[in-house]
Amino acid sequence: MRRGGGFMRLRGMIRKEWLQILRDPSSIAIAFVLPMILLLLFGYGVSLDAKHVPLALVVEKPDQRTMSFTAGFYQSEYFRPVPMHTIQEAETALRHRVVDGIVWLRANFGRDYLKKDAPPISVIVNGVDANSGRLIQGYVQGVWVKWLDQQALESGGALNMPVRVEQRIWYNPEVRSRNYLVPGIIAVIMTLIGALLTALVISREWERGTMEALLVTPVSVREILLGKLLPYFILGMGGLTLSVAMALLVFEVPLRGSMAVLFGCSALFLLTALGMGLLISTLSRNQFVAAQVAIIVTFLPAFLLSGFIFDIASMPAGIRNLTYIIAARYYVSILQTVFLAGDVWSVIWPNAAALAAMALFFLAIVRRKTRKRLD
Amino acid sequence: MNAPRPVIDLKRVVRTFTVGKRRITALKEVDLAVRPGMVTGLIGPDGAGKTTLMRLCAGLLTPDSGNVSVMGLDAAKAPLEVQASIGYMPQRFGLYEDLTVAENMALYADLQGVPRARRAVRYDELLDMAGLRPFMGRLAGRLSGGMKQKLGLVCTLVRPPKLLLLDEPTVGVDPVSRRELWQIVYRLVEKEGMSVLLSTAYLDEAERCREVVLMHRGQVLGQGPPDSFSRNVGGRTWFVTAPHVSKRRLQGELARRQEVLDALILGRGVRVVTLAAGDPGAWLPDIEGIRAEAVEPRFEDSFIDLLKKRTETGDGGSTIRVRRPVEGVQGQDAIVVENLTRRFGDFYAVRGIDFRVRRGEVFGLLGANGAGKTTTFRMLCGLLPISDGRCLVDGVDLRRAAARARARIGYMAQKFSLYGELSVVQNLRFFSSAYNLKGKRQRARMQWAMTTFGLEEFADTRSASLPLGYKQRLALSAALMHEPGILFLDEPTSGVDPLARREFWVHINALAEQGVTVLVTTHFMEEAEYCDRLVIMAEGEVLTAGTPEETKALFQKPGRAEVTMEDAFIGLLEARRRKREAA
Repeated sequence: MRRGGGFMRLRGMIRKEWLQILRDPSSIAIAFVLPMILLLLFGYGVSLDAKHVPLALVVEKPDQRTMSFTAGFYQSEYFRPVPMHTIQEAETALRHRVVDGIVWLRANFGRDYLKKDAPPISVIVNGVDANSGRLIQGYVQGVWVKWLDQQALESGGALNMPVRVEQRIWYNPEVRSRNYLVPGIIAVIMTLIGALLTALVISREWERGTMEALLVTPVSVREILLGKLLPYFILGMGGLTLSVAMALLVFEVPLRGSMAVLFGCSALFLLTALGMGLLISTLSRNQFVAAQVAIIVTFLPAFLLSGFIFDIASMPAGIRNLTYIIAARYYVSILQTVFLAGDVWSVIWPNAAALAAMALFFLAIVRRKTRKRLD
Repeated sequence: MNAPRPVIDLKRVVRTFTVGKRRITALKEVDLAVRPGMVTGLIGPDGAGKTTLMRLCAGLLTPDSGNVSVMGLDAAKAPLEVQASIGYMPQRFGLYEDLTVAENMALYADLQGVPRARRAVRYDELLDMAGLRPFMGRLAGRLSGGMKQKLGLVCTLVRPPKLLLLDEPTVGVDPVSRRELWQIVYRLVEKEGMSVLLSTAYLDEAERCREVVLMHRGQVLGQGPPDSFSRNVGGRTWFVTAPHVSKRRLQGELARRQEVLDALILGRGVRVVTLAAGDPGAWLPDIEGIRAEAVEPRFEDSFIDLLKKRTETGDGGSTIRVRRPVEGVQGQDAIVVENLTRRFGDFYAVRGIDFRVRRGEVFGLLGANGAGKTTTFRMLCGLLPISDGRCLVDGVDLRRAAARARARIGYMAQKFSLYGELSVVQNLRFFSSAYNLKGKRQRARMQWAMTTFGLEEFADTRSASLPLGYKQRLALSAALMHEPGILFLDEPTSGVDPLARREFWVHINALAEQGVTVLVTTHFMEEAEYCDRLVIMAEGEVLTAGTPEETKALFQKPGRAEVTMEDAFIGLLEARRRKREAA
């Protein structure tokens, strides 16, 4: 007795899944509201650039030269200078975090600024946040070099500096952190929909006993899995479209590669995420455990170990090796490349191949682990 | 005689499960044949192996050894073929709560491959049968418990199966819906010639089956028509009354006799099953006016008969003793409830109810799920604020001094609410210190609990792995640590097998005899008989209050058979519905 009606069963499963997604506020929240919040948060709220840093300027003996130097700080968008009279006052302000750094021009500034042995200015930076500390240091340096340049130009002679650094920043010339955060957050969103949501909805079927009722119908394992994969695949691609549209239109992130590569690679990643979500729910069968596991093995790594915020190259070797088993890592490389650099095939091929291998791996395990039995 | 081929045939089936490090045998060499064209009842307490057996038949589990044949097919080797010809409704049927009735039906029609053209006719039949037609557009999650169960059955039947497996379809369903479910099952057997295997923990449902399979601890104790079981106890069932003695004392006296197998309070007297033929009235000549009349045996009697011969339980008496005389002014009511109301938004969970519980009384709160029993209970325990009305526990107003009132009550929650990871001793120590018991007194109370409830042998066992009956004892002893004068029991015996249930009531009766007031909720209608007085609730209101006899008398017509508590309950609900329709 071979069974026909496979299409009818599959259609029934998919229709049911859609109705459930549309009627369940928590699915909508995870699929649409959470991505929007994440995008807005990372697009507007989080910035790794230091801008308008409050900076104490202590000028002990103001004159023509100090005026022209401090003017550089007032013109820069990176600083919000706070003029102060004594270094003690400035140090108190730094301790109370009123300012994040101090530039101190001593009384002998005007006389000694070109002498090699006497440092003409002192810079004190709050190093609690090492990252922004380094940034402030760099920006102050920049203002100083620029001013020296100008001075040399005015006095008609070349500056006697041994090496001059010519800086040029490719792919993200304005060095906007938003330009790489927004593509990166897409990986997190796809993980949310693919792994977390899928893990939740299937374990819910076990918990509410609907799975047992499904298993005794003539529906096959393949139909059950497809019935789950297809709707959430479509939902995930919908989430992607929403995110890409917001990235391009709201946050004005450039897309230098092609849409085809972007969507093709995203589909591969989504299949991997779905595979993981299905596997988690098959093994745990309990919403609470499934959510915990999904967050720990898919969501957090997508955040921390994918290179989306924290640079993989600067991680310790052990953790760097760990990132090779994180699917989001490959996807984030592709995303950042496609958005900011273009279709660079030497980056895309190996990463896409890794994603395809992982997708196959997870889906194959799910197929083996899912049986029409309760034991 | 050439018997028709059985629809289910089990041969020496063994199935074990591993839970943690322990190996549990769910089925021990079970042989069973289910005959076609009738309702076969699979009856036994929780943990008997009913669900495992059902799942084996549905091809959801494979046996460790032995052979499961369903409709002539091997369920282990060809589960898909078996599933294509049977209907199976699991204990918690998987309705999609955010789909409507119609959508749930369409889903199962798709999954079962019912051709589109044939659906309309089938839907019509099923909807009429289940009375769900007016609710087609309603979300399944918004249906009442009974309607959900009927919808589950309808979904199982969209493609008419030849064999229907129903796993405890009537659990947690109110008596009215329970009756309707049975009517549907009968019609299926009559009209469609279906064979039905139905499992249940309610012993009174046995009498509704053509054939009964009695299971206990993974074994089949017997199989046959229900009256064949009752015949075993023929001539040994009595109804004993004594006008000058409380029924509880009478029950205690009878239960202590060697010759008595079972003594159960029923109405104004005690129902007795004896070990051998003989008049129990003659055994207690000291009791003035004692009278015993022979009564018809019931299925439950034979069940107890079969079980008690196998399992060794203690005698029927209770050694429970209340050390401290029960406090409180004599004659003052232990619990006074006046116009008690609880609103959730604009929904009234409890609507202006009144009742009084006298000291030393066993008082019952009866009602289907959602009737407002648990809400009332929580308000009485001070766990839920009162919206309106007044509520005195031991003379203390709950609105003013909930904590003081709480110290005088013992509470046993519906689910096992002790710490499963802690041992018996650790649980007792924790609960006694939670009630401020320290030092010598704490040790004395713990010792009391261990000896009274026979917990010594399990002292260091993890509570989660205790047998169900012992969990029940432990929970009761934890509630009694601080010697409360009032005891609250929320569905104390649901899911407990009849033996453990009897034993539990023996303790409760002993407590009541010594002046402890007991307030109990239950959906077991026969347990209502143990109460001195009771109220029946529906939709947050009290329908009737009185003794069990008074309640039943409302529906007793002269010359008709004696009504049961369930008849009275259904009668009250129907009267209410008629009144509402008329309005």
